[in-house]
Amino acid sequence: MSTTMTSSGSSAAGGFRAPVTDQEWSKIGKWGGLCVLALVLVSLIGMPVGLDRRILIHPVLSLGYLSLLWIPLVMGSVVSRHIELEGVESPEPGGRELLAGALTGLIGGAGMAVFILALDNFNLRDPLVNWSPQLLELLTYGRGIGFGALAWILACVLLGLVGSAIHVVPAGLRRVVSHSFFGLLTFAVLEGAISDLSEGFGLEFLTDSIYAKRGGLTVVWSIVLAVLIGGVSMLTKGRLKAAKADYGALQGPERKRASRILFVSVALMTIILPLFLGTIMNELLANVGLFLLLALGLNIVVGLAGILDLGYVAFFAVGGYTTAVLTSPDSPFFAPELHFAVTLVIVVVFAGIVGLVIGAPVIRMRGDYLAIVTLGFGEIIRLLFMSDWLKPYFGGAQGITNVPGVDLGFVVIKGTDPRSVFYLVLVFCALAIYISWRLQASRLGRAWMAIREDEKVAEAMGINTVNAKLLAFVVGAVLASFSGAVMVAKVGSVFPNSFMILVSIIILVVVIVGGMGNIAGVLVGSFVLIGILGGPRQPGLLHEFQSFKLLIYGALLVYMMLQRPEGLVPSARRSQELHQEEFLQDVWLKGEEHEQEEHEAELHAAEAGGSEPDEGSGS
Amino acid sequence: MSHLMEIRDLKITFGGLDALSGLNFHVDEGEIVSVIGPNGAGKTTFFNAITGLVDPTEGDIIFEDESILGLDPHQVTGLGIARTFQNVRLFPNMTVLENIMVAQHCRTSQLILGALLQTSAFKKEEKEIEERAKEVLAFFGSRLVGYRYDQPAFVLSYANRRRLEIARAMATQPRLMLLDEPVAGMNPMETAELTALIGRLRSEWGFTIVMIEHDMRVVRDVSDRVVVLDHGVPIAQGSYDEVSTNPDVIEAYLGRPAEGQG
Repeated sequence: MSTTMTSSGSSAAGGFRAPVTDQEWSKIGKWGGLCVLALVLVSLIGMPVGLDRRILIHPVLSLGYLSLLWIPLVMGSVVSRHIELEGVESPEPGGRELLAGALTGLIGGAGMAVFILALDNFNLRDPLVNWSPQLLELLTYGRGIGFGALAWILACVLLGLVGSAIHVVPAGLRRVVSHSFFGLLTFAVLEGAISDLSEGFGLEFLTDSIYAKRGGLTVVWSIVLAVLIGGVSMLTKGRLKAAKADYGALQGPERKRASRILFVSVALMTIILPLFLGTIMNELLANVGLFLLLALGLNIVVGLAGILDLGYVAFFAVGGYTTAVLTSPDSPFFAPELHFAVTLVIVVVFAGIVGLVIGAPVIRMRGDYLAIVTLGFGEIIRLLFMSDWLKPYFGGAQGITNVPGVDLGFVVIKGTDPRSVFYLVLVFCALAIYISWRLQASRLGRAWMAIREDEKVAEAMGINTVNAKLLAFVVGAVLASFSGAVMVAKVGSVFPNSFMILVSIIILVVVIVGGMGNIAGVLVGSFVLIGILGGPRQPGLLHEFQSFKLLIYGALLVYMMLQRPEGLVPSARRSQELHQEEFLQDVWLKGEEHEQEEHEAELHAAEAGGSEPDEGSGS
Repeated sequence: MSHLMEIRDLKITFGGLDALSGLNFHVDEGEIVSVIGPNGAGKTTFFNAITGLVDPTEGDIIFEDESILGLDPHQVTGLGIARTFQNVRLFPNMTVLENIMVAQHCRTSQLILGALLQTSAFKKEEKEIEERAKEVLAFFGSRLVGYRYDQPAFVLSYANRRRLEIARAMATQPRLMLLDEPVAGMNPMETAELTALIGRLRSEWGFTIVMIEHDMRVVRDVSDRVVVLDHGVPIAQGSYDEVSTNPDVIEAYLGRPAEGQG
């Protein structure tokens, strides 16, 4: 206690302060160590080599290098970050922070240098498959061990410095630089989508010059783009916030009109844009749509009603299989070859019934128990479709093939024409969004929220919780079955292995990362996760990530749970609450500490026999 | 005249411990009855039994001449018994208005189709729900109206949370209201204000009230009758003055004068 007080007192005078306390040294050691661990781990799981082919800036930076370089940057930033506490004066950031960042980077770089030496001198390829000459080649830029080791130390120190400088430079500069950086990254990552789009508009000449032939932005254009984005960011400073505030201030009919214009323009864009996109991008959008549909359904179950359903894929499977059986001529037992539209009605009814049947026993459980049981049901459904017992009806592991597309008279929607599939998915997504939106603001939606908040109290306030939860289950089941039906019509076949437990998990991650209980959040979540990283089997824009997808999903989930539990796009209220809690906790902790000090002071006074009653009252 | 609610020989056992035993109790239309007793006397268990959260081991609970034993909590609320909780339990992420609107669940009926098709019946019902919610909130003066409508419940001050919880109970349109320590944790001014409100709940809204309370001034000021529980057994009943001078009650609260260790 007393040491920190004196240290902050004496160091407040000078501008440049070296890390003085043991606490700060241990912080640097901790994050530097983590930096080394992360660098070595990422190298050894094969990310740099595996992702080296995807070039972001030609010929300087590949995704492989980026998978390493972000680590010292982030660590440098974390180590020099001060947690702001109410009532505690945090010192002005300056040289000390920079030094901490550089030192953290130095530890990371030194670790990397040792790692390179080890790579060169030992052969551990037997247990570690990625302990390879390619990795060494990549890490040393093919210029020898000495150069590689030195380069890593320098690069890490520099990146650590940059990371810590984020906290030191003025806010305006920080804003512009970070916008340029992330803007550039977006351009590089979205290369596929952007060149596809420009092709559609007949603007190839532009993207041909921006992107190099083998992929990646050219160096010249990345500088130009960075400057451009920075400039735009400087010009629009505060505009966006002002526009948002203006929109928020609108009242009554004006507000209605503004939101209607916003809605119509977004809707028009989603309808028109795919016309200019190529096959691959449309395929990607259709996949995003299918998962969005699932996520919207799960959002009702988990986000609104608070039922943690880990077996959601079951309803996806039921929708898929029902459609396949009813439409495919190859259905082994019963093949009425109905039209998709007729099938859809039956699918809805059937999914509803399955929702009731699974829901009825499950719904009386709470929390963890419910999650585990639904997890089981999800697997049971898949195993049933896979089983020999039901093979005469559903074809076992071979599934049902030859499912026809959706015949609309003037066009047949099939997987070979992803654009038409996208429009079909769009219709269902629009429907699902409408359903979510209307239900949210209804008697039933409020009942769901009340159950999510406090089930026992909801029941005591007159809500039949069993019925309300069953309804949430059924609505979620119906939306998932839509997705299953469209998926089967798109792919033209259905196999039990399309309905692995992983699908449930990924949809749940989409909902959580996007923002639970919030339609916009689910939208953003599906686009970011499914669109960029890809679904369980569907490649995203960064298809190089395919083999690391689950790792990234997991890391993202952990990060979000720790740092941003409200999701990427939080519903306004939820974010308020989560941070309020943190704030209150801080206050509480401080109060606790204070009380303890007082208590100690009292004890002390009592021991001293009351001769010095005022001692310690200053704390 | 038969009682609004009558409890006969109620006994509740939690694994060998009698939380309540031999409790006979009744409340008439328009009464305000206080239930007092030291900590652990079984007061909240008593409320839980009435509202269906706990199943009694023996005995019967009769509300408006019908037994409500074995009913689910939401059915009990539907019959007209509403309650508040000792440790305020709102729906923190819902707005003030939504907290009250959701409490009208058992008085309304629209389900999925009405909401999806935006039928006139649905719109009418939504409007009624909202109006009734605002009417209930207006009862607390300016504290829970206006900009407060759209604030999430968690931002409210402690006293306002207590008020909101009472408002939520009011919105279920009960005949009998069970208040579990309505003024716990409030300062003297807020306590005085809420004491007056409890009186008005009866005179203006016609609720019959059973209240658990530790604040003896509140008990004295509002109750027609006081029931004292100790270790799950009713030890006294009567007006405040009778009960407060009863030697058994004083013993239950303060203990027996020391007569040597036993």
